[in-house]
Amino acid sequence: MSRKLLIEHAEVPGIASFETYRKHGGYASVEKALKTMSPDEVVEEVKKSGLRGRGGAGFPTGMKWSFLAKPEGVERHLVCNADESEPGTFKDRYLMEKLPHLLIEGMITSSYALGARRSYIYIRGEFMYVLRILEKAIAEAYANGMLGKNILGSGYDLDLVVTPGGGAYICGEETALLESLEGKRGNPRMKPPFPAVKGLWGNPTVVNNVESIAAVVPIVNEGGDAYAQIGIERSTGTKLISASGNLVRPGVYEIELGLSVEEFIYGDNYCRGIANGKKLKACIPGGSSVPILPHYLVTKTAAGTDRLMTYESLADGGFTSGSMLGSGGFIVFDEDQCIVRNTWNFARFYAHESCGQCSPCREGTGWMEKVLYRLEHGMGTLEDISLLEEINKKIEGNTICPLGDAAAWPVAAAIRHFRDEFEWHVKSPQEAQTRNYGLIQAPLEA
Amino acid sequence: MKADHPQAVNEAPIDFSAHTMAEINRVIGLFPEGKQKSAILSILHLVQDEFGWVSVGAMNRVAQILDIQPIEVYEVATFYTMFHLDPVGKNVLEVCRTGPCQLVGSDDLISYIEEKLDIKVGETTKDGMFTLKTVECLGACGYGPMLMCKYQFYERLNKEKVNEMLDAMREASKS
Repeated sequence: MSRKLLIEHAEVPGIASFETYRKHGGYASVEKALKTMSPDEVVEEVKKSGLRGRGGAGFPTGMKWSFLAKPEGVERHLVCNADESEPGTFKDRYLMEKLPHLLIEGMITSSYALGARRSYIYIRGEFMYVLRILEKAIAEAYANGMLGKNILGSGYDLDLVVTPGGGAYICGEETALLESLEGKRGNPRMKPPFPAVKGLWGNPTVVNNVESIAAVVPIVNEGGDAYAQIGIERSTGTKLISASGNLVRPGVYEIELGLSVEEFIYGDNYCRGIANGKKLKACIPGGSSVPILPHYLVTKTAAGTDRLMTYESLADGGFTSGSMLGSGGFIVFDEDQCIVRNTWNFARFYAHESCGQCSPCREGTGWMEKVLYRLEHGMGTLEDISLLEEINKKIEGNTICPLGDAAAWPVAAAIRHFRDEFEWHVKSPQEAQTRNYGLIQAPLEA
Repeated sequence: MKADHPQAVNEAPIDFSAHTMAEINRVIGLFPEGKQKSAILSILHLVQDEFGWVSVGAMNRVAQILDIQPIEVYEVATFYTMFHLDPVGKNVLEVCRTGPCQLVGSDDLISYIEEKLDIKVGETTKDGMFTLKTVECLGACGYGPMLMCKYQFYERLNKEKVNEMLDAMREASKS
């Protein structure tokens, strides 16, 4: 079984309290960093660790930190992105609910590294009960001298605030999040300038995912090199995977990157296979925005090698036969699921969540949803399938933020791998209303 | 009157309870001087907690409190989906309909609640007890099908659990 660096103590009774968390070694990274390391040394450890952003983009965290502008006399901020809303992803909620002090500890150590004295946790409004847990934990941290003035006698001051969103997927995009945090509509900003130069209230800002910030704790405690020992190649450390869909045991798992997909789906320590004795039909391994994989490309790559839970292996084959690790939102479909219905469902999601700022996304997502509705409900034509591909190409790359791509890619991948099932909906509309298509055949060459 | 009506700004601001005002002042105090607008989403949640929904009069009051134009409140309140801009029932059932929940039966859950309460999605029961809505992903994908009511998550729902939940909500909302 994988080593757990983040959620090992998650189920310890009382671990959400400062006292119990401290007894289990909590806040050691704050002591180590503030008493024995310079901010730059903390950044250096994070760089060495190879940690990549756990929110979905996978951008190296240490590098992101090193881009932070540090003009004299200008305040800097660290903002934690706890707006977890990528369908299929629910790991941050688990981490914050069970281990609020782990996030707070990570925020203190990371804020110190960045020279931020006012940091924020922006949490989605629907997680209001988690916000209350965090508020309580923050108050405890203040009462115990971990937040506020002159933390542990180091001379470093930090204020930490947790504040809610109001229900908008787009606010998970970092510049939309900053707009929202400023009390505005969550419309993403044009980049450049990047938040590292002009972020919250125009100040240099780093925005990191909950899990990335939490990972700074073991990185500082054990050293960046030790962290980089775990995993394979450029996929270092552990990752929280949110497993959902038709599994025997869905839930949140911390895995060492490099675990095989086969082991993750079927292993006794993980999801224990497909629910109700059914067969695997498809899998979206990294949240709804990444390409879907048909059953024959889930545990093996097109080249026939074992597919691993790493950034590289899940992407093996590019968009032709691969996908992405993304946020680790691992969605599993059994043989009874309808790919057309699911594709329509996600298209509806993106149409609903488009902020409306860029025409290709605002119009394109709504259009795709309508076309997919027709196909799913037996009113589609074969031309509709090529129309979807056309709309896709017009959205992709033509919007300010990645929501447009996130809406386009899953539709393109579903058609690429499941074209027969889409065509079957057109050719046998009545039959498609009464039964599911079932499993597709792997191409002979595959 | 809706926030998109040209006369909305003329609607009289309504007063909030002392408790709501104290909380509003607390959340404003979380942000630096001059950045009080950052508290707007917290404030709208507080207003909705008190009244069950966010009226134009309430938004006009929020504008006064934050010393901003009413339109700045309307544009925010209409962008974020958690705020109810029309009156709703005492218990708003927000059922997740997105992919992962759909794979494990959210369509059936929605139909069952519709049948049980004799309303369609978007409607409120005659006694004003329940409003049924569908929402996009609530970040509980491994525990579906699920719904949220009053910031509480009801997960891995089946018919029995729904029945119990509705009874408990009816009981709690009496008086």
